Amino acid sequence: MSAALPVVRAQELADGEWHRLHPATPLLRGGIAFLAVVGVLLNNFRERIIDLFVGAPSYRGDPVDYVIDRGLVPLALLAVIVVLALFVAGYYLAWRFHSFRITEEVVEVRRGILFRSHRKARLDRVQAINISRPAFARLFGAAKLEISQAGHDANVQLSYLSGTSADALRAEILRLASGARESARASAESAPVPANVVERRVAELLAPEFDPAAAPPESVVRMHPARLAGSVLLSESALVFAALLAGLVVLTSLTGHYYFAFGFVPALLGLGTYLLNRFTKSLRYSIAATPDGVRVGFGLLSTTNETLPPGRIHSVAVSQRILWRPAGWWEIRVNRAARGHDRGSQQQQRSTILPVGSADDALRVLGLLLPGIDLDDVRLGLAARGVPGDGYTTSPRRAAAIRWFSWRRNGFLLTRDAVLLRRGAVWRELVIVPLPRVQSVGVRQGPILRGLRLAAVHVHTVMGPIDARLGALDPPDAAAFFRYVERGAIVAARGDTSHRWRSGEATA
Amino acid sequence: MTDIEPPGATWRRVSPKYLVVDLVSTFVTGAVLTVLSALPLILGHWVYGWIPPVVVGIVALIVLVLTPRRVRAIGYELREDDLLFRRGIMFRRIVAVPYGRMQLVDINRGPLSRALGLSELKFVTAAASSGVVIPGLPQEDAERLRDDLVARAESRRVGL
Repeated sequence: MSAALPVVRAQELADGEWHRLHPATPLLRGGIAFLAVVGVLLNNFRERIIDLFVGAPSYRGDPVDYVIDRGLVPLALLAVIVVLALFVAGYYLAWRFHSFRITEEVVEVRRGILFRSHRKARLDRVQAINISRPAFARLFGAAKLEISQAGHDANVQLSYLSGTSADALRAEILRLASGARESARASAESAPVPANVVERRVAELLAPEFDPAAAPPESVVRMHPARLAGSVLLSESALVFAALLAGLVVLTSLTGHYYFAFGFVPALLGLGTYLLNRFTKSLRYSIAATPDGVRVGFGLLSTTNETLPPGRIHSVAVSQRILWRPAGWWEIRVNRAARGHDRGSQQQQRSTILPVGSADDALRVLGLLLPGIDLDDVRLGLAARGVPGDGYTTSPRRAAAIRWFSWRRNGFLLTRDAVLLRRGAVWRELVIVPLPRVQSVGVRQGPILRGLRLAAVHVHTVMGPIDARLGALDPPDAAAFFRYVERGAIVAARGDTSHRWRSGEATA
Repeated sequence: MTDIEPPGATWRRVSPKYLVVDLVSTFVTGAVLTVLSALPLILGHWVYGWIPPVVVGIVALIVLVLTPRRVRAIGYELREDDLLFRRGIMFRRIVAVPYGRMQLVDINRGPLSRALGLSELKFVTAAASSGVVIPGLPQEDAERLRDDLVARAESRRVGL
């Protein structure tokens, strides 16, 4: 690798040449690791540090005493410094060996010192582009750019870039991926940047999630923190939390023993952090339409902000848990082809597009996610029960045997470009699958369904939290559904150009 | 009976030899499950210990007796733009997969199938739930079908 790689500048990152990442990358990655090490050390030395002030008896025979007793302190310090230097050198080398290139067709990343890896991803298969700014990196104005591809753990990560170049690079990648012929580079120059470094950082911290030049500044949904807090409190996990807490209090006060705490406290802590995380991660939520798809932003201190190009959403579910019904809140989740290696909570966040919102909010978000959809159909899909003549084909009366409360609601609607499945009376849900994204369709009949002269249908999409199936239908209706979806999926997929979503546009 | 079946479908059946494979594997599974459910009877002195193995044995026997019909119920049809697949009598399932949705085609052969010259063809899409597995195809048929499917998918290629 030659040493003469060009200096990184925002507009030139996507010119087809090899580039390096932000020069502060070793510091940011090493710095986070360093903080973690310090944290672990502090945790282990906690007692010792407390002893220092309280003056309790020391612990004989542990390594620290050994070092102090033998007068090896300078040597120990030297060892620490050498180890740190090695780490810094390692991170520096890793940065030197980490470079990326973006051409018209692909994005490539080369990395690794001993074990080299070279990843190449096609731009027309981009599923989403995510810019995340961890709190620590934000202080340095750095951001992580992640290009998600279909498949498990199939993303290309560029960490770190400077915040402004990450935004510009995303716009450029989206332009290349969209198939638009004309460069929009001229408009990529954004608002005047304050000269002073401190002012610039402050401006970046306070700035809205969206570059005003690239997206309408208004989010279509206003997320009030109180509503978010209410939605978290009115969830099953919050109820479990309250029940556990009450159980602990009652048990402790009745028996007078405190050892119940050992059983309860870990569970309470776990649930509490989960709930708190759900709250803080969804703060400062925003969603807006851009020419290159929907942009969703989350987060207070560590922010993420993701662009989903058109046609990357494989199915959408609008759901309302029973506790939310008095408030009239809805949640929107999606199935998407990109699956990260993250833990469950993060996965959940990635599939949640609207954490909580009123019916109107949900409709506005759906309008962004599925531009072709008729919102009147959706409104009927959210209604409490089906009305004859609302267009939905619902279960027959005899289905009440297995759909006690929901047989009037349980139904489907077939439109020109989507399938709407309406189900659940207690936990209401409306699942929408765009026809071009249907992978296959199935119809099923087990012994119980057959006994009741019913059948079930299942629209297969990529894996995700949403399962687009609908049971307890009249068999002729199920057969009609099957025929329509099977035919419609083929026709819709043939006419679909969303992998190069702007290729149809005239050269502007 | 043909309520949910697409009209006008002319199903292609799998090889009758597959019946042997299915019978043997059903028998072995049933026998193993029956023995396992009889463990409380063998090891302990549970009075009602005879109930689980008898129930499991009867269910296994019913499944075994229905095997020929089940094998006859497996069918597939190559249509203009999609592959139609059906299986099951108790639990009936019909799936239509557009060729363009194909991600890959697998051909698998178990030891018993190999002895009879049979293969199993698996049509994989981006959706894990599609689950189209055609068992009991003669080796040459399976390979011809695979090449045919790949060619059809190639000419109808669509995005994800």
